[in-house]
Amino acid sequence: MPNRDTNTTTRVVWLLGSALLLIVLIALPHLLSFSQQEILVFLVINVLLVSSYRLLTLTGEWSLAHAVLMGVGAYTSGLIAKELGVPVPIAMIIGAATAGLLAFLLSFPLFRMKGFYFLIASFAAGEAIRLMWKWSDLTFLFGGPKGIKRIPPFPDFLSIDFYEPVNYYYLCLIVVAVSLLILYRVERSRIGLTFHAIHWQDKLAESVGVNTFRYRMLAFVISAFFAGLAGALYAHYVGAVAPNRFSVEEMVYILIWAIVGGTATFYGPIVGVVVLTILNEVILRALHVDEMRPMLYGGLLILSILFLPDGLESLVPKIKGWFAGRKEKRATEERRTMKEQPAE
Amino acid sequence: MTAELFVQTVVNATYAASYMALIAVGFVLIFGVMGVVNFAHGELYMAGAYTVVALYADQGLPFFVAVAAGLVFVGLLGLLMELALFRPLRDNPLGGLIASIGFLLILQTIAVLGFGVRMENVPPSTQDKIVFMDGAVLTYQRLYVIVAAVVLLSALWIFLSKSKFGWALRACAQDREAASLQGMSINQTARIAMFIGAALAGVAGALTAPLVSPTPYMGHPVVVTAFIIVIVGGLGSLEGAVLVAILYAFVHTFVTTVYDGTLANIVGLLLMLVVLIVKPTGLFGAKERA
Repeated sequence: MPNRDTNTTTRVVWLLGSALLLIVLIALPHLLSFSQQEILVFLVINVLLVSSYRLLTLTGEWSLAHAVLMGVGAYTSGLIAKELGVPVPIAMIIGAATAGLLAFLLSFPLFRMKGFYFLIASFAAGEAIRLMWKWSDLTFLFGGPKGIKRIPPFPDFLSIDFYEPVNYYYLCLIVVAVSLLILYRVERSRIGLTFHAIHWQDKLAESVGVNTFRYRMLAFVISAFFAGLAGALYAHYVGAVAPNRFSVEEMVYILIWAIVGGTATFYGPIVGVVVLTILNEVILRALHVDEMRPMLYGGLLILSILFLPDGLESLVPKIKGWFAGRKEKRATEERRTMKEQPAE
Repeated sequence: MTAELFVQTVVNATYAASYMALIAVGFVLIFGVMGVVNFAHGELYMAGAYTVVALYADQGLPFFVAVAAGLVFVGLLGLLMELALFRPLRDNPLGGLIASIGFLLILQTIAVLGFGVRMENVPPSTQDKIVFMDGAVLTYQRLYVIVAAVVLLSALWIFLSKSKFGWALRACAQDREAASLQGMSINQTARIAMFIGAALAGVAGALTAPLVSPTPYMGHPVVVTAFIIVIVGGLGSLEGAVLVAILYAFVHTFVTTVYDGTLANIVGLLLMLVVLIVKPTGLFGAKERA
């Protein structure tokens, strides 16, 4: 009986929490300035970027090609929409699919390696692709170091102007929410469990008949697809892409978000990107220390890795435990009074 | 390609190989002993260059005094990194990587705050040069780098193979636990490795400062190059790093001269990718540590 009681209360809390989150997410852009609205759009795109990155880390592999795969989505979608006149929503999906296809092809050489070697090899492969965009001999196609400009924006739909950051934010919110739902379902499915098995016991998984190469490839392709989708969302909002937007430095940011947030839970990387973005864009900007920002950011990074090595997500069970501790205390007190009552 | 251009390219490649070898060997040493990928290695190189900017170009001290100061200063930075970051994170290799990224951002910001973002102009310390028979030129400024690389790397090699500290260092790189069971101090060897590794990057930066126009962001392409060299040479192999630095510098310089710089970078990366696929442990690498 009391068990069912707590179940309904948790459900109510969850429901209230989700409803509150939804209201906050819908109301948020109207409380912000124009430049903050733009940051919000990028934040939502980055949430998809870092969540898709986490799917690959489930198999235990850390890639340094994720930013470039995002770029593949952005370049492809932008190019075919601009040069071939493909409608933007379709171009976005083609861009994402191209990133997935590229990941499929890359996984043949890359998954011959594991761990640190995979990390470095993925970096080399990504950098080689990125430098191709920069290469002067291919300027006619990729635009060289300056990249592609005047990418067509998302078309108006039901007379909603998606050039407005607020409207584009809602569009991104819907796309990202659906994508996150898919990523979550994948993780909770048998496939996701196999990813975990490959991470912790790859020899054992292989010996019971799991084709670890196939599953690693699948994780890489799915994560690349959503990275490409994030890139396409970015390209049609900004209207321009350039090779330096997808450089190692951007990749380092993805890594930092994932690690500062923690990758053990689905929400960890999302917490990481949200907290760090607020810190970087809102608090540090408000302090008027523009030139010092990278230093403070670096300092925070060092402090968080020294004192919070399991990421921000490791705080959640602690907070929960704190609340549960109080609840438990109350429960034991109630039980004690109940026991005492018949005696009286 | 004319004979003059050929000789000139060989001279340029030799110079490039020298400073790349200095940087890559320091990077390998740190990875081998500490087990961390030091992303801030390029910024240590930058710190060396800015020591020369501050002491030689701004204060007017003799060039070689400034270079020596750069060596010591960057070596001390390495000690600081070991003490503050890598020691507490010894069991967390990914953590060491992240912490070094944090340190990189701090060093960059200090350079920006102290010297501004624009390129620094460091006047050459000498105008002398050697002219080869067919007209190719080697300036003394570049010769210093080549001489320093040969002298310092030979000294390091002797130190590692003959001295007691060197043996301890190599033992730690092979197997840290076994080394500490034999009574070697892990902290002591880590300190020495960090000092030497950082100081080599600092010297490379200090000596090349008059040749490359330092900026706070000069470290980034350097660390990428070091990455490639170290992977192709094999992680933990100092000889491999030196040989591949020479190989890479020649390939890169020749492709740059004949075609262009971007293609040279692509070729370098593809070279690395091929080596990783064919022999993931690198050309001279031992088996991966269990």
